[in-house]
Amino acid sequence: MHLPSYLTQSDAVKTRFDQLKSREVILEVKDLTKVYKTAKGETLALKNVNFKTHRREFVCVIGASGCGKSTLIRILAGLEPHTSGEVLLDNKPVKGPGRDRGMVFQGYTLFPWLSVRKNVMFGLQMNNIGREEAEREADLWLELVGLDKFAHAYPHELSGGMKQRVAIARALVNQPRILLMDEPFGALDAQTRAKMQAHLLEIWRNIDITILFITHDLDEAIYLADRILVLKAHPGEVQELIEVPVSRPRSAMQFNSPEFIATKARLEALIHPPKEHEETEIPIQQRMIRFVNVQDNVE
Amino acid sequence: MSMFSWFSGWFAVRQELTPNRKKVIGIASFLLPILVWCAISYVPFIWHPMVMIEEPGDVDYFQVDMLIDKNTFAEESANMRAAHKAIPQGYPANPIYLPAPHEVAKALYTAFVTPPAQQDGQWLHQSLWHSIQIIFWGFVISSLIGVPLGILSGTYTAISRLNEPFVEFFRYLPAPAFGALAVAILGIYDGPKIAVIVIGTFFQQVLVIANTTRKLDYSLLEAAMTLGTNKFKLLTHVVIPGILPDLYRDQRILLGWAWTYLIVSELIGTSSGITWFITQQARYQHFDNVYAAIFIIGFIGLGTDLILAQLGKRMFAWDKSANKES
Repeated sequence: MHLPSYLTQSDAVKTRFDQLKSREVILEVKDLTKVYKTAKGETLALKNVNFKTHRREFVCVIGASGCGKSTLIRILAGLEPHTSGEVLLDNKPVKGPGRDRGMVFQGYTLFPWLSVRKNVMFGLQMNNIGREEAEREADLWLELVGLDKFAHAYPHELSGGMKQRVAIARALVNQPRILLMDEPFGALDAQTRAKMQAHLLEIWRNIDITILFITHDLDEAIYLADRILVLKAHPGEVQELIEVPVSRPRSAMQFNSPEFIATKARLEALIHPPKEHEETEIPIQQRMIRFVNVQDNVE
Repeated sequence: MSMFSWFSGWFAVRQELTPNRKKVIGIASFLLPILVWCAISYVPFIWHPMVMIEEPGDVDYFQVDMLIDKNTFAEESANMRAAHKAIPQGYPANPIYLPAPHEVAKALYTAFVTPPAQQDGQWLHQSLWHSIQIIFWGFVISSLIGVPLGILSGTYTAISRLNEPFVEFFRYLPAPAFGALAVAILGIYDGPKIAVIVIGTFFQQVLVIANTTRKLDYSLLEAAMTLGTNKFKLLTHVVIPGILPDLYRDQRILLGWAWTYLIVSELIGTSSGITWFITQQARYQHFDNVYAAIFIIGFIGLGTDLILAQLGKRMFAWDKSANKES
């Protein structure tokens, strides 16, 4: 099969990107650098990271492990200080964590002592919104993520996918400008994961939210994102910002489309560049002792 | 069922037992020591190093109901036999300090209905009530300062660095060592006793609770921060509710700790409470009553802990680890 370049965009996709870029900038990262000081010396975790996200854009960040993608999102959330550079949200520098940036963690982080509904109400109550209004809002968002029937359940009674839906509702109820998601579906099984991806796209389509999503799953990134920020490890640098040429609305059918495969091939090449000789070559055949006594060959 | 599968049912590495087996083992853990005690008490050839005199014979210093060492008795009997005098009679017995189970069981009842020996003395239940009050106040005073300080230490590094080195040092000082000092400061009545329990509990409490607080999953705090929680509410709405089941469990353990300081503390100043009862009874060699009193302390301690454990399960139904335990 002849693959088109991942850079080739259909007219519809092109128009979409033009529209997207004409929208206001929500998050702007300028020359972001992060240095960790340890006893052994300094480690450069992020080096001169630059990018912008526009309103209602879906950006995925991918990269090999240790590329600093978690560090990046934690800095954006205000959970970690950065060394130099700027993070601007609506053109204002970010200082510490705040409700204008919602965050969904891989480890669910629901408050186990609160019911599902109270978990979702938490952010509102922390910001002095009255109980009745908070309840009303929470129920609305629980309905959106399809968990209105579980409002009075406790987190330990929920499956992983349900927990993560609560976490999404809990972050969104605060009506943040941007939703930061740190490998949110990483701990889920493949089926649940696929459902959650479709569900997240559905939510994203229906509300005014910008999403920055970290993953190491290439299919997930292509399926979800408008643009993919590819980070390189040691130090964490932006390698490329890819505009995904796959048209919207997305569906599982597109996994086999030429655009999808071309994009994936490009991502593979960026993340797993062919090495001159593999470090961890696995010896097979010759040195392998055969423990089988059955005479016939399995292959 | 084969012998092997029966055995592996009872002894599977780190596996839960069936509820019935748990019950059987729970009963056995009490039954085994009681059986050992019964064997020593009722089977003469196991121990019984003494002889209880029934008939003194012609031995001039023997009396009825006197406990005599087995060897001495044999010697004197031989002497009498050689001199053709009346031979003493007796049966094997255990020393006075090891009463038989049925004697202690009886004492568990009689100790409560026997009026005090002296006029100003106290009934057993009065002594017990006094002891319980000492424990209660010691524990409450310790907790009033220890719990908040522990939580703050576990939350703020500055506070932990400020008090923990000193607390760490102080907890190695034996609480009873402060008895004399406590008497000088607080008088001879309940003050110093409560003080010793406070000293014995407080320093452990601060460290244990600080540690529990530190074990709270930090990502819960991060999640709360991204939801716009301010620093004060982080403490009141995340840290405290988050550690509550563990804090409760710590308090249960620390209460047991406080109990172990009870006897020492009651010896300070004027002896009082259950300790006074025990020392009095020991003085009159009523060892069955001594055992009865010791057992009552055990019953009260275990009883409170079981009740508190059940309450905890109800209160913290959301805490999975608590429901797995026990």
